[in-house]
Order: sequence, then structure tokens, then C-alpha cells
Amino acid sequence: MNLDIRTVAPENLREEMLRLRREQKMNFLETLTGMDWGEEGGLGVVYTLESTETGERAALKTATTDRENPMLPSVSDIWKIANIYEREVYDFYGIKFTGHPDMRRIFLREDWVGYPFRKDDEPEKENPLRMTNEPLADVTESYVLNPDGTVVKETHPIFEEGEYVVNIGPQHPSTHGVLHFRVSLDGEVIRKIDPVLGYIHRGVEKLNESLTYPQTLALTDRLDYLGAMQNRHALCLCIEQAMGIEVSDRVKVIRTIMDELQRIDSHILFFSCLCQDLGATTAFLYGFRDREKILDIFEETCGGRLILNYNTIGGVMADLHPNFVKRVKEFIPYMRKNLQEYFDIFINNVIARNRMDGVGILSLDDVISFGCTGGTGRASGWHNDVRKRMPYAAYDRVEFNEITRKEGDSFARLMIRMDEIKESLNIIEQLIDNIPDGPFQEKTKPIIKVPEGTYYTAVEGSRGEFGVFLESHGDKTPYRLHYRATGLPLVAVMDTACRGNLIADLITIGGTVDYVVPDIDR
Amino acid sequence: MKKPNIKSIPYEEFKDNETFEKLVAELNAGGANVVVRKLDDLIDWGRSNSLWPLTFATSCCGIEFMAVCAARYDIARFGFEVTRNSPRQADVILVSGTITTKMAPVLKRLYDQMADPKYVVAIGGCSISGGPFTKSYHVVRGVDTVIPVDVYVPGCPPRPESFLYGMMQLQRKVKVENFFGTVNRKEKDPFAKEAVREKEKEIFSEEEQA
Repeated sequence: MNLDIRTVAPENLREEMLRLRREQKMNFLETLTGMDWGEEGGLGVVYTLESTETGERAALKTATTDRENPMLPSVSDIWKIANIYEREVYDFYGIKFTGHPDMRRIFLREDWVGYPFRKDDEPEKENPLRMTNEPLADVTESYVLNPDGTVVKETHPIFEEGEYVVNIGPQHPSTHGVLHFRVSLDGEVIRKIDPVLGYIHRGVEKLNESLTYPQTLALTDRLDYLGAMQNRHALCLCIEQAMGIEVSDRVKVIRTIMDELQRIDSHILFFSCLCQDLGATTAFLYGFRDREKILDIFEETCGGRLILNYNTIGGVMADLHPNFVKRVKEFIPYMRKNLQEYFDIFINNVIARNRMDGVGILSLDDVISFGCTGGTGRASGWHNDVRKRMPYAAYDRVEFNEITRKEGDSFARLMIRMDEIKESLNIIEQLIDNIPDGPFQEKTKPIIKVPEGTYYTAVEGSRGEFGVFLESHGDKTPYRLHYRATGLPLVAVMDTACRGNLIADLITIGGTVDYVVPDIDR
Repeated sequence: MKKPNIKSIPYEEFKDNETFEKLVAELNAGGANVVVRKLDDLIDWGRSNSLWPLTFATSCCGIEFMAVCAARYDIARFGFEVTRNSPRQADVILVSGTITTKMAPVLKRLYDQMADPKYVVAIGGCSISGGPFTKSYHVVRGVDTVIPVDVYVPGCPPRPESFLYGMMQLQRKVKVENFFGTVNRKEKDPFAKEAVREKEKEIFSEEEQA
């Protein structure tokens, strides 16, 4: 959708944000995107907000023209997720947020020179490949704005003197990728977690600024590779909406079926990895056995197993394979039958239940404040399914339940995914028999130029709301293309979820929260 | 000329026999003692059939690696059965996924922690050359700039079949190794440059002082 952005001066920002939070109940900070509008526009931030009670949405922006020492007020005390989002903006644009408690780099090394996302920065010039071990600071900085307008820099220790800190990662089999947690322990009990990210930060958003629109599509599959279909779907949808391309009914249905197959694939992998982390290797093999069936279906139509490259602007890459309908119809009863095995072998096991029941409880307020969409949010009772909130593709013509639970513990997060597999099978069953005829690809111009404007489109990815924020200046390349990572809020919430739990539960909680690291780091 | 026998693929069906033969010729340029070579064969036979990979994955290729380890493709059939979580117990590191500049020192350290003999397989476009991210400011263009690579497996991500093919190529390389050595054993390690060694010494002495 085209965003209607209100400009707010930096000095009024906090007041306005507090007003929105209090009066309009805007309790969900959807995105916080750093921007560089050049010399005149300055450096700034775009916020998109949503109220979970009324469904109202708002978009605001603020900017400062000071490029030497840019400062903007922080909103990290209003929405908890802003803490990590603002650190991201600081890392990429060098904007310092006054009042932010922890102004450190988050993705890049602490000795990185410059701010790579600024349009005038040349990151490679001053940053050769450093083979020394990365420095990790023990103190963090914050900038406090006094009433008279002066800014004071303060330093705080990250961990107190004498605290026992254990490093988990970056190379650890249970962090699901290269993720680094600094965990402070009191005996076996977790006191604090400090995540260090960026070990797989590839600068996808910066790369996008020099790629044409069809080229940018290729990188979306490689963000969250277990949501490859949905990610690419989101970007295609965003560009189509911006350009006013209407895709055929056939494409809509194909995309919906593919998204749901991908979701099942992802949830099976989630189950397998969780079992593997908890030592149930047999269950891991059971999961992968069923996952291969989905990959077979993908392979016939898309040619790929994991990176599918299927959606295109205005349609899909190729028509469905003649075997597609038959294979999917065989798969639905097969999966329903095998799902029971997952319960028999793992979920109903008393050891597994003891490790998950009542562990890592997240409250409803926390998941909303942290913006934990997807299964993690729904396990705490937040109705956040984009398929219901803002229906797209063919989701308005199928009947399905949005699965939510109240408990908010690890077991609830596991069960949400298991139930969603069933729901996804239902959705596919409703659509598979009547895929409408029509072209699988609309004709588009050879050079795609998106009209000037700012757009935001979200789809329900495998692990939450995957959003695409696109600012176009009418060129054939995007001016700024930002992805709302589904995983970043999930990592941010780990500290809250794990505090007071045992270190062994960190693995269970991390497994059930279900993040994919390349999606976090982008 | 020795033609190593690999389970499941006859020698003629490998696609790069010329390169391989050149490599073997280079290795045995000075000739090898018959007895010693026989002992070598025995050791290589043992090693090549129990290469334990390190559980290491940074992105997409890691998921395919899991698929290769799972039931349908079952890497255990060829002796790579146990993935090790500690580099100290692993023989081969499969670099599956993009290596960023922040990750590079970590990868180097992992490699250094592995016990000899150790092997590196670069899986996928990213670890071979940077792949689709080659223009990025934060990506290492080829993992061979950081650690020496034995086998490259192209693909994005490679199919499980090419994973297995790459692993068998590695087995072939292991099977012609000279453990007791020929003239080549005196050759200097091209990756351990003098400057690096001195730096390491400095770090060690600093650590000792601390």
C-alpha cells in the first residue's frame, strides 16, 4: 500500500509518539527504517505503527540535516523493540538516538569505520578484511538530552563487575546459524542476555540500491530461506501494487498454495531442529522424511529445492507442472497421517513436555511491544496473522482459523506450529481442486520503473510478518528497500523470555521462538 | 598411476580426472618408496572412509547439508556419518554459506582449532566467490582467501547429489595422500606466511604476560 507519511520535527517527535501510544493505542511498532535523503533531506527515520485494538495504522517520519553528528530522540522506552531497531539505524546511518540506553553497533564490527548505508559512504575503502579477533566492548554509551538542549554522553557497563558471562555462539549447533549470545549466569540461572548479531550480515538492503527491480527479487529468497516463497511474494506484491499491476486469479491461487506449502515445509523443519536440539535425533529424521515430499513438489514446478526463484513481478516464473495437483493431493492425507507420528514420538513424550511446559513464558504485552509476530506472538494470544489482518492473494476466499493460544510458553509455541500445519493443509485442500485458468504471467515492460512514492506491503511469512518497505524515486532501481525481518524481534525478545530460566532452557526457548539468522542480519 | 576406488562411482565417471591425475603426478613427482606407499594406502583407506564433518553452517546451504544428513540422501553411507559439534573432533569443515568479514576471523579460528589432517570443502556460490553477494561490502569473496580449500562444490545451494559428489572428490584426494611423505613433505606451508607467524608469536607472548 502507498504510505501516507506525516513529517514530524525531531523536537516534537517524542510528544507525538507518546500521544499516539496513549490516545490512539498504537502499541505495535511495525517498522523503524533509517533513511538517507541526501544533503537537503538529511538523515532520518520512518516509523510505521499499528494499533492491535482498532487496526488503525500510521506512518511518521523525522529527519535531521546535521550529517556530522546527527541526533534524533529515541522511542525505545515506548516500544521495547525500538531498542534494537534504533541500534540498527545507528549502525548503518550513524544517527545517535538521545535517551537510548545502549547505543552500540549491532551488526558490524565495533572497529568498523563509517556508516555503510549513507549514500556518500564508501565502506570498502576504509574497511579491509580484518583477521584479528573482533573487539567486544564491556561498556556501552548513551546520549542524554538535557532540558537546555545540550547532550551529555554517559557510559554504562553491560555486565556488572564479577558477573559470570558465558559465550554461546557464533559457532554453536543450537543457535540455528551464526548467532552470538553473551549470557550472564547466576549459577545455572540466566540473568541477562546480550545478543551480538551480524555474522551473516550481507548488506542485502544496500545491494538492492544498485540492482534493478527484477534483480532484487533474487536476494529475497536468500534472506529467510525457509520462507523463500513468501519473501519473494511480498516483494512482488509490493512492486505490483506500486505499479498498479493486477495479476490473474490463477497466479493468486498458485501463490497461495505455494506459500502454504512453504509454511508446512518451514514448520516441519522447525519441529525437526527442535527435536535435534533436545536430543531426539529420530524425530529429526522423521521430519526430514516428510519435508522431502514437499521439496519434490517444489522441484517439479520451480526447479529448485530450497531457493525457488518462483514469483516474478506480475506472475510466476513457470506454469504448474502437470503432476502438481496429483502430487499435492497425495501429500495432504500423507501429511495428516504422519503428523500423528510427531506427537507419538516427541510431543507427547514426558521428557519433552517437562522441558517445554511453563518454560520461557512471554506475556501478551511483551510480544506486542517487541513486535513478535507469527507463531511466537500467537502463542501468547496476539491475533497478528497478516492473512486475516490484511488479506492478500487468495486468502480472502478460503476459510481457515487463526490459531492462537494463551499460555505463551515453549510448548504453546510448538503446538501453534503443529496446528498451523493442519490449517495450511486445509487451505491447500480448498484451493487445489479449482485452480482457475488464466495466464501465469502478466506482460510487463522490459524495464520496470516504480512510480515515485513510499510503499509498504506485508505477507505472513513462515515465522511472522515479513514486510517490504520501498521508497522509489521513479528510477529503475529502488532508492531504499528495507525488509521487516521476522527474526529480529524474536532475537530481541530472547532476553525477556530467558531471564530466570536455566541455561539449558535457552536452547528450548531459542528453538521454539524459531528464528532464522540470515533473515535477522540481512 | 594410482586410480583410487570410490564406493558408488567408478573412476571413469568422475568428470575431472585430468586435474586429478595432474595432482597425483605432482604429489608423487619424486617417487615413493613401495613399502611406505603401501602403509600410506592403508592409512588413507581408513581416513577417507571416516571423515567426520563439523556442524558448521551460516546460511541456506546448511539446510541442504541437513537434508544430506537425513534419511533420503544419508551421508552416513559413505563414512561421513557423525557430524561433530566441536572443531577439535572434526576432520572436515564444510563451509556452507556466505562468509562475511565479521565471520572470517571466527572461521579461521575454527579451522585452526581442528586437528590435522583437516580438509575444507567450500559449498555453494557464496563460499566459492561471494556468489550473489559478491558486490557487498561485508562479504568475503571466496573462502579460499581465508583458509585453504580442497574441494569446491558449486550451486546455490548445491543439490544433495552434488554434495555427495563433492565429498567423494574429497575422498579421492585423501586416498592419494602421502602420510609418511615423499620429497614434498618438506615443502613450506604456503598459507603460514612469516608475518603471520610473527604476529601469532606476539599474540602468544601477550597472552602469556596477561
